[in-house]
Amino acid sequence: MDELAAGTSPVHKLHPLVKFLVTIAYIYCVVSFSKYDLTGLFVMLLFPVIMFSTAGIPLSTCFWKLRLVLPLVLMVGIFNPIFEGKAGLISMITLMMKGVFALMASFIMVATTPIDGLCAALRKLHIPSILVTLLLLTYRYISVLVKEVAIMTDAYKLRAPGQKGIAPKAWGSFLGQLLLRSMDRANELYSSMQLRAFKGEFFYAAQRKLNVKDAVFFFVCIAAFVLARLINITELIGGVFA
Amino acid sequence: MHMADALLSPAVATVMYGASAIAAGTSIYKVNKDNIQKKLPTMAVTAALVFAGQMLNYTIPGTGSSGHICGGMLLTSLLGPFAGFLSMIVIIAIQCLFFADGGLMALGANCWNMAFYGCFVGYFLIWRPIMKSKLADRLKLILAPVLGCVLTLQLGAFSVVLETKLSGITELPFGAFVGLMQPIHLAIGLVEGLATSAILLFIYEARPELIMDLGEGKGESGKLSLKATIAVLACVAVFFGAGLSLFASSNPDGLEWTLFGNQDGGYSANMGLDEEDYGVQSNAADKAAGIQEKLSFLPDYAFKGSDSAIGTSTSGIVGMILVAGVILVVAFVPKLVKKGKVETSDKQGE
Repeated sequence: MDELAAGTSPVHKLHPLVKFLVTIAYIYCVVSFSKYDLTGLFVMLLFPVIMFSTAGIPLSTCFWKLRLVLPLVLMVGIFNPIFEGKAGLISMITLMMKGVFALMASFIMVATTPIDGLCAALRKLHIPSILVTLLLLTYRYISVLVKEVAIMTDAYKLRAPGQKGIAPKAWGSFLGQLLLRSMDRANELYSSMQLRAFKGEFFYAAQRKLNVKDAVFFFVCIAAFVLARLINITELIGGVFA
Repeated sequence: MHMADALLSPAVATVMYGASAIAAGTSIYKVNKDNIQKKLPTMAVTAALVFAGQMLNYTIPGTGSSGHICGGMLLTSLLGPFAGFLSMIVIIAIQCLFFADGGLMALGANCWNMAFYGCFVGYFLIWRPIMKSKLADRLKLILAPVLGCVLTLQLGAFSVVLETKLSGITELPFGAFVGLMQPIHLAIGLVEGLATSAILLFIYEARPELIMDLGEGKGESGKLSLKATIAVLACVAVFFGAGLSLFASSNPDGLEWTLFGNQDGGYSANMGLDEEDYGVQSNAADKAAGIQEKLSFLPDYAFKGSDSAIGTSTSGIVGMILVAGVILVVAFVPKLVKKGKVETSDKQGE
């Protein structure tokens, strides 16, 4: 994700705050569509597709992520056709589309914004510094601890071939040992932060100010979302040709 | 249990954001009273550990399957409810932003369902009273995580049902939805509770000072043997397994409802099962038929019988095909142009 965020496309160059606000507006707009408004909702796919295309990020990169979101959405939606017949089928498809569209929008926002840029944008929105600092620190340490867990898991698997998961007798010691080491690591981290004059908040690299391009992007997107929400554009276009 | 954005209406999502924001504000206020600078790295590293720990699969004895910890009770037992809640918020936010587990709009609801119950309800109703009791330390460290995880996951699962129903997302009746969600999370809660308990018992042996409130009771540490603790745990498991499952099964299971409760829809006939034998009355079928009948007259449903509506739906389909065409062009033309440029430059290079 960090590699994707290091790109130089026009989408990457947009101000993180603008991208964050537009993404929130897009998701709110998408989920506010009526559950039977399949045609009206369909036009909303244009936004993430344009963003992916402009950012030069293949759409396929986000589809693997759907495995986490879609099962619960499917579980909830799958009963609609049973209780509503054809209408339920429409509402189920609409529900799935909403889930996919929201995920695509979130993904492209994160994939084109470095974590420090995102944190700086959150601070601009007056999200408390403790939460933002915690987010940044946790994100930094996830990769370290995930690597440690991966090494420990590999070592365990080599000693327990053919075993699925960790045996109950090792439940406590496996993560417990890592937890104790992590607590020590946290104390060392605190000492090193103090040596660098940490006073409870990080100072982010100077963020560039909002410019005209950001403003244009913001207002065009919001206007387009409102328009798409109020007018069924797909039916309008279809009406011309049908 | 992570809810996707699609499962919530904007109104419900906003209310849940508000509720979680109040809990977060209170937590920040309480944590700021302590030495927050010193606590921050510990909170961050512990949160990162819980995140990494979710990758580990624990073998569930006798089932052939495995599960993982969620971390709410573990964080609470090490950091306390307020710092634990903030750490859980960050975990859920990172899962949502970088791993597409959950949703940006559903973040408030997910924080409430997983962090609020796990940290506040789990701590004040379960953890603290048990830690203040006169039980042996080992027993406390088994009872508190198991009871805490089971209760908080049940509350979280119930909230998911409430929020989804209030959002008007699913047509699955409330009772059936509850019947579907609660038993699944009962099993998950037990596994998570046992895994959390095992980790805490390990920490108790090595560094007991890390565990919250452990010294508050007057229990004598280590008096209960491992066999006795396992026996107590088995009793707890049987109580929850039998007691709560019976309670849960008093509502029809979602799958049963689907298979047997909708004879008008032809599902009983398809499966060759008799609805009467399964004790599900035809209320469900009548209700479903009523909903279906009602919805067939909905004005915004595009496939109604009227001519104008058919005309509208045709326009919609044609429009969708055209929009799909535009989307394909937007998605693939830049790639083709880029590919063409590369080929041209290659030829020029030759």
